[in-house]
Amino acid sequence: MPYFQMSRLVLKWALTAPPTTRYPFEPRRPLPGSRGQLVYTKDNCVYCTVCAKRCPTGALKVDRAQKKFILDRLRCISCASCVEICPKDSLSLSTGHGVAATSRDNEVLGGS
Amino acid sequence: MARTIIPFGPQHPVLPEPIHLDLVVEDEKVVEARPSIGFVHRGLEKLVEKKDFNDFVYVAERICGICSFIHGQTYCQGIEAIMGIPVPPRALYLRTVWGELSRIHSHLLWLGLLADGMGFESLFMHSWRVRERVLNIIEATTGGRVIFGTCKIGGVRRDLEAEAIQNVLSELETIEREMREITGVFLNDNSVKKRLCGVGTLSREQAYDLGCVGPVLRASGVAQDLRQQGYAAYGELKMEPVTRTEGDSYARCAVRCDELTQSVSLIRQALEKIPPGAIEVKVTGNPKGEVIMRTEQPRGEVVYCLQATGSKNLQRFRVRTPTFANLPAMVQLLQGCDLADVPVLVLTIDPCISCTER
Repeated sequence: MPYFQMSRLVLKWALTAPPTTRYPFEPRRPLPGSRGQLVYTKDNCVYCTVCAKRCPTGALKVDRAQKKFILDRLRCISCASCVEICPKDSLSLSTGHGVAATSRDNEVLGGS
Repeated sequence: MARTIIPFGPQHPVLPEPIHLDLVVEDEKVVEARPSIGFVHRGLEKLVEKKDFNDFVYVAERICGICSFIHGQTYCQGIEAIMGIPVPPRALYLRTVWGELSRIHSHLLWLGLLADGMGFESLFMHSWRVRERVLNIIEATTGGRVIFGTCKIGGVRRDLEAEAIQNVLSELETIEREMREITGVFLNDNSVKKRLCGVGTLSREQAYDLGCVGPVLRASGVAQDLRQQGYAAYGELKMEPVTRTEGDSYARCAVRCDELTQSVSLIRQALEKIPPGAIEVKVTGNPKGEVIMRTEQPRGEVVYCLQATGSKNLQRFRVRTPTFANLPAMVQLLQGCDLADVPVLVLTIDPCISCTER
């Protein structure tokens, strides 16, 4: 029926709950398995620098001598290459995403 | 009659990406359209000389935000062909599933943009509402919403467990039901038909001679779909190219609407037949050789040319994207059309400018 095709749908949609949520009062819950921010666990890390060599964007820098792990979140694309290759499981991806940063320095994290 | 030149773009409400058209008009008729591109050129082809060939998958995926997975897949298939890597069957099936999910979300996005171009705002929003469900499946299965990041040389990086497959199949039922409601409006509504039927007709010969690809070619009656060549797992799935003979804007819309159903069917077949086993093989050594790889993107055929010299960086990387092949047809369609039909005609080729300029 070519007539009222849309009207019937509009009526149906008007009577159903909206698919949108009242953000920011109801923040979006990330789906399990979503690739979010990189999480670094210092305890296991042996500073082997494999992750830094594997990173496709150069977001990771590891100083073995000074035992320093530096992550530039603005370069990280959450590809999980480092997570896959880490021999000590000291890297993982959370499902959440970070907040907006006011300066570049705030997003460069140094773990020593 | 005096001729006037009306600039259309690069920033225009109907254009999702920047392209500039100089429309030469006489009264309300367009007599000539002169396109100019180059607003989003990023030099990604040159970057291949600097990036490791394994890492370049991430760059290939970022050529385009809509058909990102198929760009990554085509690149991986090219390198795998050069190096003779046997990809596990399960990985090929997973690539097929994600490629078809990518096609569904691209076509739903396009349907929304077309509705927006016609001024049908509620239909635009509801097309994108359904697309959101597809994006949720993609996020749950790959981890990313637009850039999947799961394709790698030698296979894929994520597997689908039995429970995840069931979730995808059950969600697909809802998506298919909602898609049918929306495509029913596009195909049957009188006001939509009046904007599309008979507008921008491209005959079979014209479409073929102008080198059109994808839904634009199929809407003019040429049954050409590269998935029939059987790359990835398509050789083991049943599919026929969706074609129409009218060649007008309505036919191009109808081809994409029918391809939505076709993609759902392909995903179902692939998930039913998916074999168990490994999802990747280890890649050792560097590629040496040259290959041309063709796959079917949502917008049509993409051609990749890869040259490798045995080092970790490729020597040359060249992409011929579907939108570039369809631009001559767009210029042809615009000649002689009404000025009010320009947005619809520009959108019916589904222009992806980021792909075209790379």
